[in-house]
Amino acid sequence: MRKSKLMLAPVLLWLSIFLLIPMLIVVVISFTQRDTLGNVVFSFSLEGYKTFFDSLYLGIYWDTLVLSVLTTVICLLVSYPLAYYIANAPAKMQKWGLILITIPFWINFLIRTYAWVLLLRTQGVVNTILMHLGWIQDPIQMLYTKGAVLLGMVYNFIPFMVLPIYVALEQMDKRLLDAASDLGASRWKAFRYITLPQSKSGIMTGAVLVYVSTTGMFVVTDILGGAKSMMISNIIQSQYLGARNWPFGSALSVIFVITSLILIMLFNRAMQSKADRAKEGRA
Amino acid sequence: MFMIELVGIEKHFEGQVVVHPLSLTIKEGEFLTLLGPSGCGKTTILRMIAGFEQPSKGEILLAGEQVTELAPNQRDLNLVFQHYALFPHMTVEDNIAFGLKMKKMSLKEQKERIAEAVAMTQLTALTARYPHQLSGGQQQRVAIARAIANKPKVLLLDEPLGALDLQLRKNLQSELKHLQRTLGITFVYVTHDQEEAMMLSDRIVILNQGKVEQIGTPREIYAAPKTLFAATFVGENNVFSTPEGLFTVRPEKLRPVRGELEARKHGVIQDVLYLGNVHKLTVQLDNEPMTVTIALDFTDERPWQIGERIGVNWNQRDEVAIGS
Repeated sequence: MRKSKLMLAPVLLWLSIFLLIPMLIVVVISFTQRDTLGNVVFSFSLEGYKTFFDSLYLGIYWDTLVLSVLTTVICLLVSYPLAYYIANAPAKMQKWGLILITIPFWINFLIRTYAWVLLLRTQGVVNTILMHLGWIQDPIQMLYTKGAVLLGMVYNFIPFMVLPIYVALEQMDKRLLDAASDLGASRWKAFRYITLPQSKSGIMTGAVLVYVSTTGMFVVTDILGGAKSMMISNIIQSQYLGARNWPFGSALSVIFVITSLILIMLFNRAMQSKADRAKEGRA
Repeated sequence: MFMIELVGIEKHFEGQVVVHPLSLTIKEGEFLTLLGPSGCGKTTILRMIAGFEQPSKGEILLAGEQVTELAPNQRDLNLVFQHYALFPHMTVEDNIAFGLKMKKMSLKEQKERIAEAVAMTQLTALTARYPHQLSGGQQQRVAIARAIANKPKVLLLDEPLGALDLQLRKNLQSELKHLQRTLGITFVYVTHDQEEAMMLSDRIVILNQGKVEQIGTPREIYAAPKTLFAATFVGENNVFSTPEGLFTVRPEKLRPVRGELEARKHGVIQDVLYLGNVHKLTVQLDNEPMTVTIALDFTDERPWQIGERIGVNWNQRDEVAIGS
């Protein structure tokens, strides 16, 4: 037991230096004030937290939550069938499927997102085609809407969802499906009672990855949402870099981290079965 | 009544014959074993009966009904998988209930069936456990309980004891035999372990390279092997060749004689093995490139020495002539 604790030391050290200490600094700053020049003054204050309860920020907070959850759900709905298809393809096809999923990562993230601007803007590819087909008379405002931001998020984070689900499905013992069939299960029932529960760990990992990445993403909102769409991450960014109001930026960060932790905990609780709990009980 | 009829079934795979034409009938309540080395086609035959593989030719009848085209979930039989294939996210109870749920059985009836199955497999105290919390032997019992809870017409077992250590195997072998007698269900059992096959089966089908070598009761197969493969795969044997053909004599039917007494063969003792209830002599025969094994029971207390010249005798009635 002592030995296994000792072996954790490097990981703990790593986490302390790169996660815990920075987080602590943020928490400390969130309880301070700033002077007129934007410097942090180390005297206790709840000013940052008070500002948050302005209706403007509460609205953005709510929008961010909705967008992040929606992105996660849509990513899941798109990614599960995709991951299932790849995991059940012949080995050679699987390799190609995975390469195709990861290819977008080889291209700079900004370029990929700007490409959407070209597609979605008023004189963009989509509007031009639709007008040529005569389906619409006037171009539709697609860019700089919440829909565009959602699209950009989903597009960027689909691989985060596909890969963990693929791994879970690929690692599943396929003989379990034979056993289910032998015991009288149809293909749908075998999927419902065996495959789906067996891929739960992948869904959980993917959902957390996508959700957390979405809440922290401000570039997509900037590029595809314009000035009208704002997320908490945009505010935090502007408080740190533009407004130089670090205490408020930190307070927002702390609030959002806590919200995310609560959401993830609830999600895990909901997804966790008795089997998982039994497993943890043993460990 | 015939429970299973295999009518000229064959299996080809990528131009190769995995199972040569096979016709076989299995009686109700019979314990039949498919015995052979790995790659002999025994598992393929079992999987064809279960419905996981389609025969390339031929028909399969279950209790007189044509099932050749039916999917596994439409056949009234169950398979105990080689590596158990227990559902890891379900308790023992839920694993056993799975087949009953698929049949849309009432909860009350499910409870009864589960109670019955766990009692028979001595799992009553473990129903709330998950597979990863069980030992190999216990997992094996769950796999059997999950299958018998469905009260199938036939239980197929694919090397069910293959992953267990020897002592556990021995215990579970007798449990299985007992279970089969109690349930009266037809068992089709696949194994490469000839001792296991001899101990459990009513009849044994010996397979080699996709072909049937012999079908018979354990006694028939031991006493009267029909082919060289059957003669040497089941039990130890000594094969002699004469201009007229081959014949075999079992080690316990050979007798060593001292001195230059009258004997059919002569040779030098190469090895003496003491095994408790028997001891075995390995004898290099004169003028022949072969050794024979002689088994002597514990009553023989003569001090046999390595390097000693002896004669080897047997009765003609113990010779078993075999085809090539």
